[in-house]
Amino acid sequence: MVHFTADEKAAITSIWDKVDLEKVGGETLGRLLIVYPWTQRFFDKFGNLSSATAIMGNPRIRAHGKKVLTSLGLAVQNMDNLKETFAHLSELHCDKLHVDPENFKLLGNMLVIVLSSHLGKEFTVEVQAAWQKLVAAVANALSLKYH
Amino acid sequence: MVLSAEDKNNIRTVWSKIGGHGAEYGAEALGRMFVTYPTTKTYFPHFDVSHGSAQVKAHGAKVADALAKAASHLDDLPGTLSSLSDLHAHELRVDPVNFKLLSQCLLVTLANHHPADFTPAVHASLDKFLASVSTVLTSKYR
Repeated sequence: MVHFTADEKAAITSIWDKVDLEKVGGETLGRLLIVYPWTQRFFDKFGNLSSATAIMGNPRIRAHGKKVLTSLGLAVQNMDNLKETFAHLSELHCDKLHVDPENFKLLGNMLVIVLSSHLGKEFTVEVQAAWQKLVAAVANALSLKYH
Repeated sequence: MVLSAEDKNNIRTVWSKIGGHGAEYGAEALGRMFVTYPTTKTYFPHFDVSHGSAQVKAHGAKVADALAKAASHLDDLPGTLSSLSDLHAHELRVDPVNFKLLSQCLLVTLANHHPADFTPAVHASLDKFLASVSTVLTSKYR
């Protein structure tokens, strides 16, 4: 199981309060669908994804991005217990949603980039490193129930 | 993967916006990479990789120059990067996975310093550019 040091936990929580779940979540998911268009395969029923503008302005994508980021918030609060925290979501993503876990890594990297673009100087090397560790750990936790 | 006309335009525009900051960003990206992905340090046992290291600064400048050269020769990346390709294949032999790690840190750095220019479309073009460069640099590995 992944262990987060006190410094890493501090680096992670230090910026979380500033994160607007809808804005950052919506932007992260939108960018995922634009930069890696094959990820759109999971969102056929989400309406207009025909252009970057359409995607970034799509309210359903925005809402879903907020949902995803809210779950990330669960991770921030349960860094010592990610496996249990994401057990149910892992089953869901395997059995119902059929999402290749590789996509969790893509989304995690995307979130880090979006945070960097919003936070500027605050997104120090240490903050990035801690967040990359967190998103990688979440991606892994979400894959544990796959079969 | 093909770079469209729009991609090429985006890439050239970004590089002109980077201006003289290339070396600085190159060094920052390397610094982020060494801390975020410690395994990447195994390729630099001869370096002082600590923050502010002169060697990292110099190497960052080298990386930035190569990317700038690639950005201005988008129609012939294999030709332009041929000798770097040889170097990485026969001497450096950096495992291909590491190019993605550096690319992530380059994107984080650019997004950090140029958030307004880092639109989703530009982001996509840059991701493709870095992936293309990585492919060329690992193309002679076997």
